[in-house]
Amino acid sequence: MSILNYLWIIPALPLLGSAINGLLGSKWPNKIISAIAVGSTGLSFLAALEAVREFTHLAPENIPWVKQYFTWIVAGDFRAGFDLQIDHLTVVMLLVVTGVGWLIHIYSIGYMAHEGGYYRFFSYLNLFMFFMLILVLAANYVLLFVGWEGVGLSSYLLIGFYFLRKSAADAGKKAFIVNRIGDFGFMLGMFLLFRTFGTLDFVPLFAKAAPLPADAMGHLGMFTVACLLLFMGACGKSAQLPLYVWLPDAMEGPTPVSALIHAATMVTAGVYVVARSHILFTHAPTAMFVVAAVGCATAFFAATIGLVQTDIKRVLAYSTVSQLGYMFLACGVGAFSAGIFHLMTHAFFKALLFLAAGSVIHAIGGEQDMTRMGGLSKKIRWTYLTMLTATLAIAGFPPLAGFFSKDSILFSAFGTEPGGYALYGFGLLTALLTSFYMFRLIFLTFHGKPRYDEKKVHVHESPKSMLVPLMILAVLSIIGGWVAAPAFWGKPDYFAKFVEPVFGRGETGTILEGFAHQVELTLAGVAVVAALLGFAVAAWLYLKQPGKPEQLAKSMRGLYNTLLHKYYVDEIYAALIVKPLLWISTNVLWQTVDVRGIDATVNGIAEGATDIGDGVRHAQSGNTRSYAVWVVIGALVIIAIIFWPYFRPTTVGMVR
Amino acid sequence: MVPTHYYLILSAILFGLGVVAFIFRRNIITIFMSIELMLNAVNLAFIAFSRALNKLDGQVFVLFVIVVAAAEAAVGLGIIIVIARNRQSLNVERVDLLKL
Repeated sequence: MSILNYLWIIPALPLLGSAINGLLGSKWPNKIISAIAVGSTGLSFLAALEAVREFTHLAPENIPWVKQYFTWIVAGDFRAGFDLQIDHLTVVMLLVVTGVGWLIHIYSIGYMAHEGGYYRFFSYLNLFMFFMLILVLAANYVLLFVGWEGVGLSSYLLIGFYFLRKSAADAGKKAFIVNRIGDFGFMLGMFLLFRTFGTLDFVPLFAKAAPLPADAMGHLGMFTVACLLLFMGACGKSAQLPLYVWLPDAMEGPTPVSALIHAATMVTAGVYVVARSHILFTHAPTAMFVVAAVGCATAFFAATIGLVQTDIKRVLAYSTVSQLGYMFLACGVGAFSAGIFHLMTHAFFKALLFLAAGSVIHAIGGEQDMTRMGGLSKKIRWTYLTMLTATLAIAGFPPLAGFFSKDSILFSAFGTEPGGYALYGFGLLTALLTSFYMFRLIFLTFHGKPRYDEKKVHVHESPKSMLVPLMILAVLSIIGGWVAAPAFWGKPDYFAKFVEPVFGRGETGTILEGFAHQVELTLAGVAVVAALLGFAVAAWLYLKQPGKPEQLAKSMRGLYNTLLHKYYVDEIYAALIVKPLLWISTNVLWQTVDVRGIDATVNGIAEGATDIGDGVRHAQSGNTRSYAVWVVIGALVIIAIIFWPYFRPTTVGMVR
Repeated sequence: MVPTHYYLILSAILFGLGVVAFIFRRNIITIFMSIELMLNAVNLAFIAFSRALNKLDGQVFVLFVIVVAAAEAAVGLGIIIVIARNRQSLNVERVDLLKL
């Protein structure tokens, strides 16, 4: 028995866990619930590992391995099946989703222990795992879309987990609605692809698309339109400009959710879709340019907002948006493997950052404002060490994971035409900002004097079930990037080589091999200098001169306020979109169309019937003789109808 | 022999008189009698057809109608007596409780 024939087991296990906990778990003790949830995802992880082991033994002609389980929709020529597929890209995503997902499940045992709705939480979390696995394993766009919408649903449920708090419920709705805007584009993109190619299965679709000529730059051909529409969906799910607004608000959910869904896995679905559709995107240089530009702009824009936020989770949220921008930048310049590589390393260190932040919040009794922390490094040693590891990784210090992935993205951006230098410049600047705001977070949280009430708050280290996942993720954040390390001594980059069957060769553009090596080393050096600079500035501002940041904020009040209010984007959206929509909904749709149109019609029909009845009932006068008149009239009418043919003048002569 | 359509014309005239009397008279007894008149007009038509077609079916029907008319007369007169007792009147326009 080969598990490759039973790929459906991998998503089915979490679904089973979700169903058991969700339907039966409300009365069960926490231990059973967590055992079911963690057990099902753990088994799913093992199944995924086994599937990957068997996958590596497959002959190249069997890759991608597609397995058709049953036909889901048939309409004319169209077929959408429950078909699962595994190739090198899927392998990376599969291991990240099940592995990181499992660790976060373990962490949640400790984190959620004192919260209500324990079974609900794990049921939703398992449901999310199911849909995410469907998303990465799907062999056609339709099934992928099922997973895509499903993770959106789980995200909505988990953001609004504390639904009694209005802000949480609102944040859930916001996430759902903003995603819907992106999904609109995604569906249109699917329709266009189906109309053009007559199929939505990946393998035949890409085989048909590959030999076609690419669209010219600046020309809105089929490929460009389809890719831009798909990218619109990706923008919604992966929180890119201009649809990123939901992600920072999504921090209303419990912290493990922020780690799993809003940092490590779901939000990377957009990157995955772009990478999965890379054959279409390479046929659409305009769309590629848009992807790169949006990614780069988002990376920089979100990083600047992250500079001044004081809520520890919001800093990380903007950091996530910024890092997702990096991934899109990589995809946009054609370095899909670099994008996916960064997706993987980012999943490690950003999940770790969120979990560590959760551990901090847990330790300090629910406080999330960094201005009321400080000096925690001694008291929660392990949390501090793991978080520091993740910070070093995200800031891009060698030899941690973030260094390698960020470096390969910047290097790819540097080599693109046109606009490579601008993309690289902004990317580098973002790296500096990333380093700065991450160390700002570390210094504010863990160093300096305590700014919380030491008498009231009893700081305590988190339980083992929370610390062990932190440590495992810390190790992954350190070594996760080493697969790409050989590139630095001129050997092939193992990661790029692994996903090469999917993405093909020669994606690093026009730079010659020998020259490229020199450039890569130089750029890596520059990136490290940028990271060090960010660290130094943060250290100087927040360790040496604790009063300085406030002075700076005062002297540049306008800029500071703009950043603090996130460039007023939410306010602009509210004024430009939400308010007019509300106005139209209230005054036009509700008061006019609904009340005066639909309601009036329905009520009018009912009133008309009543009125007619009122009129007709007067026929029942109680007067016997008037009844007699009606009887006679009725009889005459019936006689007239029966004898009509004999009375008609034209037929008189023909009566026999 | 008298032609059939004479009988039919007489029957139609009697039936028409019955209808007119039924509609325009107010006295319940008169109305009752006009109903009898209509029934007997129909009986006359039955008999005429029966004879013209040389079949007995019409006559059988007539016997039935006479029986039903007798039964109806018993019930109807009973009702009329009750109305007359309760209202001290035989005017059908005063009997109009069955209305809104």
